Amino acid sequence: MSMPISATVRVTLGLIVVALACLAFGDFEISAHDPWQELGRLAMGLIQPNFSSVDFLGEAILRTVAFAFVGVGLGAAAGLLLALLFQHLWVRTFCAFIRAIHELFWALIFLQSFGLHPLTGVLAIAIPYAGIFAKVYAEILDETDPEPARTLPRRAGRLSVLLYARISQAWPHLVSYTAYRLECGLRSSAVIGFVGMPTLGFHLAGAFAQGHYATVGALLILFYVLIGTLRLWVRPQLLPLYLIAAPFCLGTGLPIVWSNVSRFFTYDIVPAPLRHGEGIEGLLPWLGDLLVHQALPGIWNTLLLTQIALVLTGVLAMALFPVISRHFTGRLGGSAGHVLLVVMRSTPEYLLAFILLQLWGPSMLPAVVALALHNGGIIGHLLGRRSNEIALRQDAPRGVERYAYEVAPRVYGPFMALLFYRWEIIMRETAILGILGIATLGFYVDSAIQEIRFDRAMLLILITALLNIGVDILARRLRAKLRLRHTINRQSC
Amino acid sequence: MTPLALTDAVAAYGATRVLGPLSLTLAPGERVALVGKSGAGKSTLLALMYEQWRQREVALMPQALGLVDTLSVFHNVYMGRLDRHPWWRNLVTLARPWRDDIAKVDVLLERLGIADKRWTPCGELSGGQRQRVAAARVLYQRAQVLLADEPVSALDGPQAASVMQALADGYPMAVLAMHDLDLALRYCTRVVGIQGGEIAIDQPSQRLSVHDLQPLY
Repeated sequence: MSMPISATVRVTLGLIVVALACLAFGDFEISAHDPWQELGRLAMGLIQPNFSSVDFLGEAILRTVAFAFVGVGLGAAAGLLLALLFQHLWVRTFCAFIRAIHELFWALIFLQSFGLHPLTGVLAIAIPYAGIFAKVYAEILDETDPEPARTLPRRAGRLSVLLYARISQAWPHLVSYTAYRLECGLRSSAVIGFVGMPTLGFHLAGAFAQGHYATVGALLILFYVLIGTLRLWVRPQLLPLYLIAAPFCLGTGLPIVWSNVSRFFTYDIVPAPLRHGEGIEGLLPWLGDLLVHQALPGIWNTLLLTQIALVLTGVLAMALFPVISRHFTGRLGGSAGHVLLVVMRSTPEYLLAFILLQLWGPSMLPAVVALALHNGGIIGHLLGRRSNEIALRQDAPRGVERYAYEVAPRVYGPFMALLFYRWEIIMRETAILGILGIATLGFYVDSAIQEIRFDRAMLLILITALLNIGVDILARRLRAKLRLRHTINRQSC
Repeated sequence: MTPLALTDAVAAYGATRVLGPLSLTLAPGERVALVGKSGAGKSTLLALMYEQWRQREVALMPQALGLVDTLSVFHNVYMGRLDRHPWWRNLVTLARPWRDDIAKVDVLLERLGIADKRWTPCGELSGGQRQRVAAARVLYQRAQVLLADEPVSALDGPQAASVMQALADGYPMAVLAMHDLDLALRYCTRVVGIQGGEIAIDQPSQRLSVHDLQPLY
């Protein structure tokens, strides 16, 4: 008589058990002197923001927008070209590789070669975005109807066929996806400020360091307004204007020293034993040391944090989606819910983690909470929209029963698919949060760079990329096993 | 038990009136078959009845069935009595059902011939099996009145008859939209024919034959 346990339930329980086990190994203490007072000061800053330093705020916003436009623009152009070659295995592998490296890691790499030149920030965004654009553009082009291409005159040139029969069909989808990535680009652009680019992150870190919470509040509010009003100021007719103007708004930075660039790529990143002519005998101990003392602890902590953040993300998403679901809220409550989820998902993890770290002191707690808030907001938003497509029967129950029997079981499949989809993204971000001082892979990368050991930093970045690719493959397998063939909403970054 | 009345009911899509105004009284012990062309307004009429009578104990079996595909047959049937248990008990049942609930549901599943599917998610069932799950659910609900929209449309001869018999045993007082006129005459006490949004025929079943109902179509 007893009820069998379904595969979905087993996987859910498995993830929870693993996360609880990870909890025992992690460090989650609040070490700040008075975290609530800090939080209170930040809240006061948000309530009474200081918009008086116009130059400062203006520059932060202008540079953030400029880097986003140039980076996403270049990434989209390169991505489209790569998408046309996507049937080749080497192109797919190359794209998977460049998108597995986070934009902040790219920024760290180029900072060591090009220095604080705008090119650093532009490439840091453009390269990983090109990898993502290539993949999604290729998928979109694949989904177009092949019939029109077949009916064209046989001797029509390849480019004409492509333009008339494929790209023309896919155009609206390509445009809407690119527009969405622009929003992601704004977030990326803000975040590369934390490593020295003149965007929002840079100014935010400065204001925090000086304790100017009113300015912090002003910066955050401007950022939300910027993203919230994206649809109003990004118009197709205005795009060419923005794209032409953006490169001139990047600032000048410091000049590139080309000898540094070539030295970095031909000398600095070559493993030290090879550089000193010690050959394979010297390389093996060097590799072993790096693996045992940096890569493995980094991987361990990255996995630990990822699993905890993943489950917390899931819990938040399932708890929060009713706030925008018409089955649970009225019009007024729904609007408030929308605002809540928009704020949650438009705050980049890195920015949230930075703020929480200032408030609570260094431990894994700020990272986990930041990851869960951002990703929970995204999944909650998508689930809420999904639940609004459900038509309930006239006699459907209300309240807890409506949630547990009617709505949650129907959205649980899509929920798992989305969660697995974000697994890789959460892991990418977890590795990156190490730069803030949490001992994930990013921490060891950053330390190696501080010690001017670029060879080690590069190898650790490579390991991080491989880890991301591995989790992506695992998540895809799990999705297939659970038959979660829900069309994934691509609009999530 | 008192009769249920629908008075001057009207349904409109935008400015176009699709049904009514019509009035109908349902006496205790009366099973009404709603017949008429598809699009005549039978489903709309049932929806109106549910809106009017929902304060009383009414069981609803919509045409789309309203099953939750990811939940098991047992849970879909159990949903018929969600309102009889406290919320925490309903939550626990999702993870671990009570043994006597399972036994009660099993009796119905046995009768409808789907006891072996007890733990199968409804999304994996055939159309006929799904319809029997929905029937089990209204039977489990044990309300006073049943409103059912084409309750046996996906079932063949003998199965359709046995499900109709089960519904008739469980609900002496019911309104059923039917397209099979034989079954309608056999298992209902009264037939109401809808045409052009109005009641064209309203007679006890014994006084009617399939032939009398043909003009409706």
